[in-house]
This record gives sequence, structure tokens and C-alpha cells, in this order.
Amino acid sequence: MNNKQSTAPEAVNDFDQLNRDWYIDKAVQILVFLGGISAIIFIIGIFVFISKEGLGFLLGDFSFKEFFFSPNWRPTSENKVTYGILALIAGTASVTGLAMLIAIPFSLGAAIFIAEFATGKTREFLKITVELLAAIPSVVWGFIGLAMMNPLIIDLFDVPVGLNVLNAGIILGLMAAPIMTSIAEDALKAVPDRYREAAEAMGATRWQVIYKVVLPAAKNGLLGAVLLGVGRGFGETMAVLMATGHAINIPTSVFDSVRALTATIAAELGETAVGSSHYQALFTIGISLFVITFIINLVADLVVRGVKKG
Amino acid sequence: MFEATQINRKNLGREKLSRIVLGGMTAILILPVILILGTLIYKGAPVVSFDFLFTSPTNGMTAGGIFPALLGTILLVIVALLASVPLGVAAAIYLSEYAPDNWFTRTINLAIINLAGVPSIVHALFGLGAFVIFFRFGTSILAASLTLAIMTLPVVIVATRESLQAVPMAFREACWNMGATRWQTIRRIVLPNAVTGILTGVILEVSRTAGETAPIMFTGAVFFLPFLPQGVFDQTMALSLHLFVVSTQVPEMPEAVPYGVALVLIGLVLLMNSVSIALRMYLRGKKKW
Repeated sequence: MNNKQSTAPEAVNDFDQLNRDWYIDKAVQILVFLGGISAIIFIIGIFVFISKEGLGFLLGDFSFKEFFFSPNWRPTSENKVTYGILALIAGTASVTGLAMLIAIPFSLGAAIFIAEFATGKTREFLKITVELLAAIPSVVWGFIGLAMMNPLIIDLFDVPVGLNVLNAGIILGLMAAPIMTSIAEDALKAVPDRYREAAEAMGATRWQVIYKVVLPAAKNGLLGAVLLGVGRGFGETMAVLMATGHAINIPTSVFDSVRALTATIAAELGETAVGSSHYQALFTIGISLFVITFIINLVADLVVRGVKKG
Repeated sequence: MFEATQINRKNLGREKLSRIVLGGMTAILILPVILILGTLIYKGAPVVSFDFLFTSPTNGMTAGGIFPALLGTILLVIVALLASVPLGVAAAIYLSEYAPDNWFTRTINLAIINLAGVPSIVHALFGLGAFVIFFRFGTSILAASLTLAIMTLPVVIVATRESLQAVPMAFREACWNMGATRWQTIRRIVLPNAVTGILTGVILEVSRTAGETAPIMFTGAVFFLPFLPQGVFDQTMALSLHLFVVSTQVPEMPEAVPYGVALVLIGLVLLMNSVSIALRMYLRGKKKW
């Protein structure tokens, strides 16, 4: 494969050089392969290390039923310590649910507008704006919930506390929407133009093209975008820590304060002794979060891949 | 003869309606955020000054500046980049130049998606369990930066892989035909043609790293330090955590201070993103193939 026909006097040196190049090439190949598998190593590493820290709790007098179905999270109670995360699950679910109720229709609408209606400069401007909005850090969103949304909700709805499901849901919705918009827009752009042209040639209006041709063709990609948005909202920490009110509560209305799974870890881990059962319980919540987001991402990936095969 | 029929009119009406509704939805998504950013600037700008950026907080953080937090964030970002950029570029080179299209490569891609999707607080738990406790780095800049590096690794990998794949195959084939090895081709042909694209990814990573809070809370960043960090095994303050602290943990905080901190943080992040976008557009304009 390498050049063997060199007849110059330094042919031997040349050969050494080729040998060296070959070894360097092999060494690099091994190095980049290690880089390539690093992502797998880290995912396994994350699972192994959080399991290692949480294992004591799971192997102790862990009760599956109490952990997942008791609404009493009382890690520092003096009478009876209980670790039940049902209320925290309800907190996370209510906030993520409300956020998705806001984010899904609006981000899909925005994605369709940007991909199918907007043209030229408008399109470019909207795309860049969406990208910049997606970059706003979660702690800033939390601060917005705390400093701006909180008084606004108290004023508008005449409630005593503005840090609640509504606040966190809106914040999380605004936060997840740009990401969902840009993934959904990519999915719409992946539909070949010849589909649109064929439909237009039949006399379809723009909306008919979108509704009857583009949306069905991009269905899986859009579903993937929604799932990734759900995953994002579900795992969000700082914004929900600051905007939910952080009260353990199974909400009965959007004006109830709640507490999320992620926020509980963030708020309590600093105060626990390494290796204590409280510490291990928080890691067990971490394991649950990891497993659930892993499943969401896996399903999203399978759904999106489905579109590429078809 | 070419007069629109009733059905035509109905369909055209629907098209107009859909355009207005969808455009309205886009506006509803974007306008409140622009309003919020405007408020941030309006309330935060009076606080932000040269002194605010370059002096230490005083009076239990209710007065003074944010220098230790700003410096801490810069240190965290630099150390995180030193770890993640070489690793991320190597991974992207493997995926773009070597990896065959099989189940193993798909597994790697799935791992990358998952690494980006794992909640930041879980990354924090991992950083605590692995770097702080197992590798005995303690709560330090090193532990926090490595946690951030792993969390933001997908950003570098994805951006680099995209810019490597944008280099036309013909460039590589021409080089191979000259007898160059794979690595020589990558180093002399592929990487130089992709370097600006990689840079946009790195800048995006800077922005992500600077904004993250949860992963550094238990691994190296602290609420307050009376002195500046002296090395990577010291703890540090950080801008993102500082915003959390001044807006939730300090009683009798003047209202303007957290607005100022938020403005600096968001300014830093959006500036980085804008630079990255500008670079990408410049690159698109310049592309010769």
C-alpha cells in the first residue's frame, strides 16, 4: 500500500520513515478509539458510581413500597425517619406536565412556522433567537421565577405564595421550548423538498402540504423532539429548586407549592454526612432519575431512528 | 374562469389562518423572554460596573463585587476545557474517520445522547462519588471541572464530528492517493479544514460550562470564600452558584445585587453563543466547496 518504488539513495531511511509513520498511525488509531469509547465508559461509570454510593440503602431495610409509594419524605425526623418519594414524584410530574402542556404545542407551532412559513432574514433571525434562548442557564431561569414570576403570580391571582406549580411549570416550559423547537425544526427540514413540491404541483395550499404531507413524514422526529423535551424538563434542577417553593406536597391545584426529585438532592445533599442513610437515599433518587432519563433517551433514539429507516 | 371556487377560498383562508396562528405561537414563545431579558438589563445594569466585576463581596455578600466568583467560573471553564476538548476531538475523529457503521458505533452514539440527557444533578452525584470521594480530589476545582467536562463532552463531540464530516471525501482520497497514512491525512487535511467548526463547538461548550450550577455544588464550588483559589485542589466560588446564593440564601440582600449577578452571567453566556453563531455564519459564507 505504501510507496515501494522509491529509488533515491536514501531509500533505506525512507523505509524507516514509512515504518515510523505506520506506527504513529496505529498509535493514533488506538488513541482516538479510546476517545470514542469514552462516552460509553462515562455512562457506565456514572451508573456504577451512583449505585456504589446508594447501594447501602438499597441493601439495608429498603422497602420498595415505602420508597416509591409513601408521600412522607422525613429524612431528619426525630421520631421516625421515613424515605418516601411519592410526593417528590408528584412534584416533578406536575411541574413537568404543566411545562409540557405549554411547551409542546408552542414549540411545535414555532418549529412549523420557522421551517415552513418563514423565509430569508426572518427565518435566520428566528433560528438564531431560538438558539440563544436555549442557552440561558437554568439558574438564571430559577432567578427569573423567584424575582419576576413570583410577585407577578401573587398580584395576578391574589394568592399568598407565587412559588408553585404554575410558576415552575411556566419557567420550565419557556426553558424547554427553544430546545424542542430546534430539534422539531430539524425533523421538519429532514423531510425531502420533493415531497412538498409534489404536493404543491397537485394544487395543495401551503397548509395542506404541511398538514397532509410534511407532518406525517416528520412524525417520528417530532415525537423524538417531544421526548427529549420531557427528559430535559424532568431532569432540570436549579430552576425547579428555586421556583417551586420547595414544599413537600402532593399538589391539588397549580397554586400549590411542591418539591421536585432533582431539587431535593440539590437542597439536601450538602447537609448530609457521606455514607449516612439520608445520603444513600438521595443517591437512590439519583439512580431512579438516571434510569428514567436513560429510558426516555433510549425510546427517543429508537423513535427517531425509525424515521430514518422508513 | 380562473375565479377561486368556494373550496379554493376555504383552503386559502385556512392557509392564512394557519400562518397567523403559527406565527403568533412563535411570537408568544419569544416575546416574553425578550421582555424578561429587558427587565434583567434594566434592573441589573445600574449595579454592574468595573468595581462590581473586579472587587470581592463585602458585608456578607450584600455589597462589593463578584470578582472571586467571576475568576472561579473562568478557572472552572479552563480546566474543564483542558480535559474535554482533547477527549471530545479524539472521540469525534474516531466517529467521523474510523468508526464502521455497526451496532458498536450506534452504541457509542447512544451513549453520547445519554450523556447529554442525564440530569445535571445526577452528574453532580457522579462527580461527588467518583472524583471527590473515590479519586480523593476532595471538593476542588479539579473535581468540579472534571464533572463539568464529562457533562459537556457531547457538545464538543457533536460539533467536531459535524465539522469533520463536512470536509469532502475527495480531499481525503486525494491525500491517501499520495501515500499518506490515515493520521497524516487527518492532521494535514481534515483537521485544518475543520478547525473553525471545532472552535464554534468549543465556544458553545464554554457557554454551557459557565452556566451550569448543579454539577459544581457538591464537587468544588462553595457559597463564599474569603480568599482566591491558589491551585486546582482548592475550592472556589462560581458565578452561577453565586447567583443562587445571593438570590436565595442571604437575608436582607439588596434587590439589585442578584439582578447584577444574573446580568453578568447571562451576558457572558449569550456573548459566547453569539460569537459561536457569528463564527459559524462567517464559515458558511467562506466555504469554498
